Amino acid sequence: MRRTPFLLAAALAASTILAPAAKAETTLLNVSYDPTRELYQDFNKAFADHWLKTAGEKVTINQSHGGAGKQARAVIDGLEADVVTLALAYDIDAISEKTGLIPKDWQVRLPHNSSPYTSTIVFLVRKGNPKAIKDWGDLARDGVQVITPNPKTSGGARWNYLAAWGWAERQFKGDEAKVRDYVRAVLKNVPVLDSGARGSTNTFVQRGIGDVLLAWENEALMSSKELVEANVEIVVPSLSILAEPPVTVVDKVAERHATTKVAEAYLRYLYAPIGQEIAARNFYRPTDPEVAKKYAKQFPEVKTFTIADAFGGWQKAQKAHFTDGGTFDQLFEKR
Amino acid sequence: MSKNTSMPTHSRRPVSEPALIRWALCLLTLAFLGLFLFMPLAAVLAEAFRKGTEAYFSALATRETLAAIRLTLLTAAIAVPMNLVFGITAAWSVAKFDFPGRSLLMTLIDLPFSVSPVISGLIYVLIFGLQGWVGPILADHGVRVIFAVPGIVLATIFVTFPFIARELIPLMEAQGREEEEAATVLGASGWRTFFMVTLPNVKWGLVYGVLLCNARAMGEFGAVSVVSGHIRGLTNTMPLHVEILYNEYDFVGAFAVASLLALLALLTLAVKTFLEWVHRDEIAAALR
Amino acid sequence: MSALSALVGTRAARHTVLPGFGPSLGFTIVYLGLVVLIPLSAVFFKTAGMGWSAFVETAFHGRVLAAYRLSFGGALLAALLNAVFGLLVAWVLVRYEFPGRKLVDAMVDLPFALPTAVAGIALTAIYAQNGWLGSVLAQWGIKVAYTPLGVIVAMVFISLPFVVRTVEPVLQDLETDVEEAAISLGAGRVQTFVMVILPALLPALLTGTALAFARAVGEYGSVIFIAGNLPGVSEIAPLLIITKLEQYDYAGATAIGTVMLLVSFVMLLAINLLQRWRKSRMGG
Repeated sequence: MRRTPFLLAAALAASTILAPAAKAETTLLNVSYDPTRELYQDFNKAFADHWLKTAGEKVTINQSHGGAGKQARAVIDGLEADVVTLALAYDIDAISEKTGLIPKDWQVRLPHNSSPYTSTIVFLVRKGNPKAIKDWGDLARDGVQVITPNPKTSGGARWNYLAAWGWAERQFKGDEAKVRDYVRAVLKNVPVLDSGARGSTNTFVQRGIGDVLLAWENEALMSSKELVEANVEIVVPSLSILAEPPVTVVDKVAERHATTKVAEAYLRYLYAPIGQEIAARNFYRPTDPEVAKKYAKQFPEVKTFTIADAFGGWQKAQKAHFTDGGTFDQLFEKR
Repeated sequence: MSKNTSMPTHSRRPVSEPALIRWALCLLTLAFLGLFLFMPLAAVLAEAFRKGTEAYFSALATRETLAAIRLTLLTAAIAVPMNLVFGITAAWSVAKFDFPGRSLLMTLIDLPFSVSPVISGLIYVLIFGLQGWVGPILADHGVRVIFAVPGIVLATIFVTFPFIARELIPLMEAQGREEEEAATVLGASGWRTFFMVTLPNVKWGLVYGVLLCNARAMGEFGAVSVVSGHIRGLTNTMPLHVEILYNEYDFVGAFAVASLLALLALLTLAVKTFLEWVHRDEIAAALR
Repeated sequence: MSALSALVGTRAARHTVLPGFGPSLGFTIVYLGLVVLIPLSAVFFKTAGMGWSAFVETAFHGRVLAAYRLSFGGALLAALLNAVFGLLVAWVLVRYEFPGRKLVDAMVDLPFALPTAVAGIALTAIYAQNGWLGSVLAQWGIKVAYTPLGVIVAMVFISLPFVVRTVEPVLQDLETDVEEAAISLGAGRVQTFVMVILPALLPALLTGTALAFARAVGEYGSVIFIAGNLPGVSEIAPLLIITKLEQYDYAGATAIGTVMLLVSFVMLLAINLLQRWRKSRMGG
């Protein structure tokens, strides 16, 4: 009785899946998170050209985008990604831990903690900043509505939450009770929790809900450019978090596909001047000092702290704040 | 119940309400549908055509949109016939016979409706995923089920499983089994009874069932989203493609594809109306 | 009218002369097993792996209970609304002639064809405070989007076709002679409807309502856009399943799924049994 679905599945697989795979051409699957769509659209084209010229091989890069956690889960459950480019190291750690497809020390294999580009968290406010929102402290004021996605479902929202927490820790000199009061007050001002970063942007821009949106800097820069009619402007807080979206080759999958070489070259190319320029043009902060200097005007001056400094890394941060019963749950329940 | 009851009997009712009540009911219906049906559709169309017809059609003509349309049609073309065969068989056994556990069986048939789409997708991950029951074996043989077309088809079959059966069962029950029993007693074979008596009697229910099943098969989002892997141009169905476009702030593109799905739903109904027309003469001839 | 059935009675009715019981039931059960039961059993096995106390802790946590309340309560209200208006829609579409009837009939399926995410976005656009309807309602102080009310609106939309489409074919098939007889015997129109038409439609109506309810309980895609998703206020149970998955807690996710599944199953079973009991009492 149990055999029928396999036969069916096998027949389906044979008829529909093998067809595209039969072409003798190298393909890479890059599994990424939501806000990198435009970046990789440009970058994939550039890399395909580069690879054809230097290695004489035609390469097609397929893209998959979605919420970072969901994407990591897909890879864990068998989505055959040659490379992953996700929002947080925590998700790649999870892949490594649960499947062994990636070695534990993946993050030291590439420069800058395997993050070829960085970003940070900024505020998006209504044109003219009618509520005079200047810094994190203003988010806790009465009558200010704050839009952020749900940290339990969105990687970006976790950066938002930790940025606020990190600012408060410095502001209140580590007085945990005061930090909690502050974060609780901010959460009290949240009227909608969307499931992802782009959902929040749409709520803020399209539906006109809220006074301030906490967003990735690259998203904020892009939406202020792409959604001109939105009438929003960016406010840079006094201190923010350094968001490091990491990349890595999924070793075992790439081995099986015999794509290890091209996959490694693909990620290396992100660090090359051209890759860095493409990242900068898509509003990610380049790590290459030369390119960074060239695009310095585009990015406002901002003081940042890293997750390693403030929270001792993602594993600890996740456990303390975002698991069920963590600080987010505690503070939201009592808000 | 001697005469054939399969004719649509919309027009010329001998029994009816006063005109005033008829109009009031019509208006109330339209108001309800306006609030919950027409306005969302209008919102979709307004967004789709916000930048004019040219932008609308160029949004549809991209390679990835076409790939998504192909995949959606393929999925529906597999899922609907399978559930059609099941639906008819299940309705025959449940509606025409009485047996212990019949209510339980009917409830089990209903079950996929009440399963959250999230779970409908997750079950295939639990079975065919790399951490699942048979995923590792399949992976060793290079067979991909989830994050590929077979997974999408399976999830769609699951989600649309009850539609046709559920549409037919109450109808077949309401009609009883005298006509079939008469045919059988008069010497008609089982198949002949089924095709000549039962099928014409439930024709409209069957058409509705197929249309609903098809609409849902093409429009399913949640379950398919879990098993798709979202690879652009390869494993994106139309609903998933809508989400992608929307998340790229390409509102015209997103709603253009959505309007196409709405159009497909209307198109299937045009087919139904056409069938109704063609069939009307045939039935009249058969009755004579 | 049903002399044959009346003769043999309900219990013995399985000895009908009709052929094909064995093969059709066999195929039904095998297909059901392969497509529904075996895959669904994965949910139970996964849940069983977590142990009883962990299950209770996860599936009956205060916040989860609030989410069940919203999902089940909202679905119940949405299904009842659909029962009333779905019956009305089916009645008008079958019995009355008006310009555009065919088109309206065609559009009833729309909520199935429209991806739920699109439905959610479209409804939010309409009912948000800067939307077509939301701005009007806001003047009256009514907020729909980002409140539990929005959840119900989305649920009504996605389950709208069920009642209409189950009642419609039965209504089309309904003989008018019974109605005519009732009227010729002096029954009023309302009396005829309540005494003659409604009982005939009741099985289909109940089925449609039950299915609408079942569908609305598990809905995710459209609801998350309009709900606001605030824990304990406008957070639906399927969202909690996703939340668990985000933490790689598969067992926790299936635990909530199991509870929802069991509750829906019991409710559907009760409705099916109720119908059977009704039918046997009416001596069908």
